[in-house]
Amino acid sequence: MKTNYGKIIRNGILDENPIFRLVLGMCSTLAITTSVSNGFGMGMAATFVLVGSNVVISLLRNFIPDKVRIPCYIVVIATFTTIVQLLMEAFLPELNASLGLFIPLIVVNCIILARAESFASKNGVLASAMDGLGMGLGFTLALLVLSVIRELLGSGTLLGVPVLGAGYTPAAIMTAVPGGFLTLGLLMALINKLTDKDKK
Amino acid sequence: MNYLLILLGAVLVNNFVMNQYLGICPFLGVSKKVETALGMGVAVTFVMGLASVISWLVYTYILVPLNITYMQTIAFILTIAALVQFVEMVIQKSSPSLYSALGVYLPLITTNCAVLGVALQNITKNYNLLESLTYGVGGGLGFLLVIVLFAGIRERLESSDIAKCFKGFPIALITAGLMSVAFMGFAGMIQ
Repeated sequence: MKTNYGKIIRNGILDENPIFRLVLGMCSTLAITTSVSNGFGMGMAATFVLVGSNVVISLLRNFIPDKVRIPCYIVVIATFTTIVQLLMEAFLPELNASLGLFIPLIVVNCIILARAESFASKNGVLASAMDGLGMGLGFTLALLVLSVIRELLGSGTLLGVPVLGAGYTPAAIMTAVPGGFLTLGLLMALINKLTDKDKK
Repeated sequence: MNYLLILLGAVLVNNFVMNQYLGICPFLGVSKKVETALGMGVAVTFVMGLASVISWLVYTYILVPLNITYMQTIAFILTIAALVQFVEMVIQKSSPSLYSALGVYLPLITTNCAVLGVALQNITKNYNLLESLTYGVGGGLGFLLVIVLFAGIRERLESSDIAKCFKGFPIALITAGLMSVAFMGFAGMIQ
């Protein structure tokens, strides 16, 4: 049986988008989407951990005893998270400082453990890598959408460049905590509305 | 006095859910009924207090002397996972009634980022053992407070007339957003 890798990637980006569809990994999503560069950095870091841990767990899936599988998965994920953390500290100190606590917290991001449990532990290496890539890109895309809206309305800038002109008064609430909840809530309602129409 | 400030700060001013975005998953996932929210909140408070103490001990007496502080993420998550298992076993043996009330929530706590978050923050904030314990318990109480409040609101929402596309998560997120506006009122109360 031939596995359709394109479909696996598409599945992660659209059909089972981790944020808009599965509602996983909320903490880091809401916390770091205050600016586009943060959103992109977080998305890439999570994608790296997803692909890495999916590949390793898929390779080890026949060796890990069923009873202790969750602790094993967590160790693998924590290892990749530590790698990301050390790389970021070395090469991207600014991004590392603004993401702060949320880099080590990738360990407890439910998306990664959920994919390990529901996909990588049952599928081949290449398929698992593709699933990690698709899910990671879906996560990154959702982060980008959220952070574009929040940075634009909250500071009037995109990637730090002012785009809305001097006449615009930034709505600070959008980059504060409530803005994250409100933006995501409204976006999800919009997506529900749009996909509902498709079905009719 | 210092301890009181840390406690109040963690409960109200720097509330883990409302101001730091930690522990959102259980906050949204286990808040449909006040009763279950209460169980989850109590279990999280208990584990956060214990995890603060034990992770602090692991960091100070194992990681620092061995010069492997870069292993802290792995060490802490293992400590928390083991701790949660241990707590589950102890409660199961000693108090079956408490176990049946909290049982289902305990395994979920391992992946609650508030627990790992408090362990990591205790280290970055340079707290001593007692301050870590206070911060952990305070963070847990803050979580308990907001999840119970939130569950109360969501119970009422169940029976109200909401546009179809807002049902479920969207309205819950917007409610949480409005709650966090209220919590912003505490900002600056305690430095």
